[in-house]
Amino acid sequence: MKVKLLFFASCRDIVGVKETDFELEASATLGDLKYSLRSTYPQLATREKTLSFAVNAEYADDSVKLSEGDEIALIPPVSGG
Amino acid sequence: MFKITENAISVDALHEQVLRDCHGAVVTFAGVVRDHSGETKTQFLEYEAYADMAEKKMAEIGAEVNEKWGIEQIAILHRIGRLEIGEISVLIAVASPHRAEAIHACHYAIDRLKEIVPIWKKEVGEDGAFWVEGPSKAAEKNRDDS
Repeated sequence: MKVKLLFFASCRDIVGVKETDFELEASATLGDLKYSLRSTYPQLATREKTLSFAVNAEYADDSVKLSEGDEIALIPPVSGG
Repeated sequence: MFKITENAISVDALHEQVLRDCHGAVVTFAGVVRDHSGETKTQFLEYEAYADMAEKKMAEIGAEVNEKWGIEQIAILHRIGRLEIGEISVLIAVASPHRAEAIHACHYAIDRLKEIVPIWKKEVGEDGAFWVEGPSKAAEKNRDDS
C-alpha cells in the first residue's frame, strides 16, 4: 500500500523534499514504517529520538495500524509561539 | 476561530471575535518577534506549520480551556512565513464573565500551544539560519518568557 510522508522544518531540509509517497506492506504499523525509514533516510538517524509522528494529523504511537493513503508527518520538537 | 495565517496580525484582531455582552474581561496575549536569542542578534524569523494539524490542535486547546474553566470564547491566530522584529507571531484572545478564568486560560493556552501545536520557527541572524526545535534555553530558564 501507499502512504504519504510529510517532512517539516529541519527534517525537510535534511531530506530535501516536503512530501513523498512511500510504499509499505499492507497492515504495516507506524513502528514498521519507522523501521523502513531508517534504511531509506539514514540521514535522519540522529533525529529519530527527538521526532514525534502524526498519522492523519493526530499524534500516534508505534502500534497504530496504517492504511492506504494515510498521511504520516515527521514532527520535530515544536517551537511555535 | 483557530487559524494559521500568512497575513500580518493586528493586536486587536480577535477582540470583537470573542467578546459577548455577558463578558466582563477579555485577555489577549501577543507573541512578538524579538531582536535577539540568547547572545545572538536575530534579523528575522521564518515560521512554518503543519497547518491542518496545527488548527486542529489549537481547537483542542480551546476544548481544554472550556473543560477546565468553562471558557466558551477563545480564539487563536498564528502567523507563518517571514516575520520581522516587532511583528506579532501569535495572538490569543480569551473572554469570560470574570477576569480570573480568562487570565488563567490565556496563560494555559500559550504554554500548551508551545507544547503540542506543530509550528516551527527558523531564526535568521548574523551567524546564519537555524531551526529552533523545542523550548529555547532562555525559555527553559524562565518558562513565562515568551
